[in-house]
Amino acid sequence: MQETYNYKVVRQFAVMSVVWGIVGMAMGVFIAAQLVWPDMTYGIEWMSYGRLRPLHTNTVIFAFGGCALFASSYYIVQRTCHTRIFSDSLAAFTFWGWQAVIVAAAITLPQGITSGKEYAELEWPIDILIAVVWISYAVVFFGTLVKRKTPHIYVANWFFGAFILTVALLHIVQSMAMPAGLFKSYSAYAGVQDAMIQWWYGHNAVGFFLTAGFLGMMYYFVPKQANRPIYSYRLSVVHFWGLIFTYMWAGPHHLHYTALPDWTQSLGMVFSLILLAPSWGGMVNGIMTLSGAWDKLRTDPILKFLVTSLSFYGMSTFEGPMMAIKTVNALSHYTDWTVGHVHSGALGWVAMISIGALYYLIPRMFGREAMWSVRLINVHFWLATIGVVLYIAAMWIAGVAEGLMWRATNADGTLTYSFAEAVKATYPFLFIRFMGGVLYVTGMLLMAYNVFRTATAGDARVYNDAPIPATLAHA
Amino acid sequence: MDLVDFRSLFTVLAFASFMGIVWWAWSSRREESFSQAARVPLEDDDRPAVRARAGSNTED
Repeated sequence: MQETYNYKVVRQFAVMSVVWGIVGMAMGVFIAAQLVWPDMTYGIEWMSYGRLRPLHTNTVIFAFGGCALFASSYYIVQRTCHTRIFSDSLAAFTFWGWQAVIVAAAITLPQGITSGKEYAELEWPIDILIAVVWISYAVVFFGTLVKRKTPHIYVANWFFGAFILTVALLHIVQSMAMPAGLFKSYSAYAGVQDAMIQWWYGHNAVGFFLTAGFLGMMYYFVPKQANRPIYSYRLSVVHFWGLIFTYMWAGPHHLHYTALPDWTQSLGMVFSLILLAPSWGGMVNGIMTLSGAWDKLRTDPILKFLVTSLSFYGMSTFEGPMMAIKTVNALSHYTDWTVGHVHSGALGWVAMISIGALYYLIPRMFGREAMWSVRLINVHFWLATIGVVLYIAAMWIAGVAEGLMWRATNADGTLTYSFAEAVKATYPFLFIRFMGGVLYVTGMLLMAYNVFRTATAGDARVYNDAPIPATLAHA
Repeated sequence: MDLVDFRSLFTVLAFASFMGIVWWAWSSRREESFSQAARVPLEDDDRPAVRARAGSNTED
């Protein structure tokens, strides 16, 4: 009997990633508009900034990014292990379970049902569902690795494996709480320990959810799309272990000049600076994979997305350690600079590599050589790039202006500016940021149209299973 | 040995094992298997047309 790969679950996650990407980013544009026009929702509570902002972050990180990670990890682990996924039904459960989590978030967060922990706002019943889905994901992924037909575990799978294990650990520790009714709970931690666990979670969510998994994508899709092996495999091994050994300690840089002990702050700062080395090692490894094939960048918009994402990865992993230096942080913290930094990572690195990966996967999921329109991918690329650049440049200017105005004092020690004066100074830049977001979402809408046309084209076929070439399956 | 000693020892051990990994990754004995591993994604042709052929059991 012909052995096959499970493409159904990959296709489901890939398509939903596009859908949730549009929803989450549109939500971001909506709340960015609220900062420009504060009265636009007439004070309706469930449309207020405070309720929709966590919905925006949860949707873009866990729904858009999460679905892209599920899709690409299931695709890559099957194709590099030459074996079908471990347990089709458990894989299907991870799909439906994850969608249920997202829907539950969309229902509870606008009502103000929240545990109040940044990037972990969902209340305890949803937290339990997340834990169950995530452990199922780990069983499916590692089960597939166990039944592999290849002697070696390809490096992309190492990154996905670390991402899955660490997110399980982070989520379970961070979500420990005492329920007080169905929609309310109290954290198991208090005071500065609570703050430290929050940012141990928060920064490693960046490091493992938003970095390690997407590096797994990078190590597969960049070589595939450039049709060249990764620049240095040994560098990829050192890159992996470098990230693993350092990321866990960087969290305290979110708590500079707080009640956290000073030595812990300094430790977080030093480890954040060390992180520059593995981060740039990985970026160089991805970009240098193209050496000798640079001409492909001119004609291949998917490669443009992948390589531009690496440039943003390099940029934001330089900016991050710099902002973790205490004296720089004294200027940047609590300003829009942080928001700009996050979006240079999120829109520039995470979203762009996901979009590149999705453009790679989606035609294959529908049995086609390429997307319906390659030109439209190119238009999407430029809309996204201009959108990110507008966004982050506006936030840099606004952030530095805020930082300088907040700290300015007169000769007698009084503050030079009132808070509202700093808000006023940022006002034009909040509008430019809104426009950057509009461009980015417009690109996503073009993508959705392109996906729709690809899926419904005359020669498109829905593949639930794809044959494993006989030479590989029995190797 | 108190907790601080234990933590210091752990840090040193973690650093030593990382340096060990670097040494292992750069040893010339790994070169052959690493270059094979790097080719794993490229040796798998995942274009749809190839899939159709593989599905009809015609080897090429």
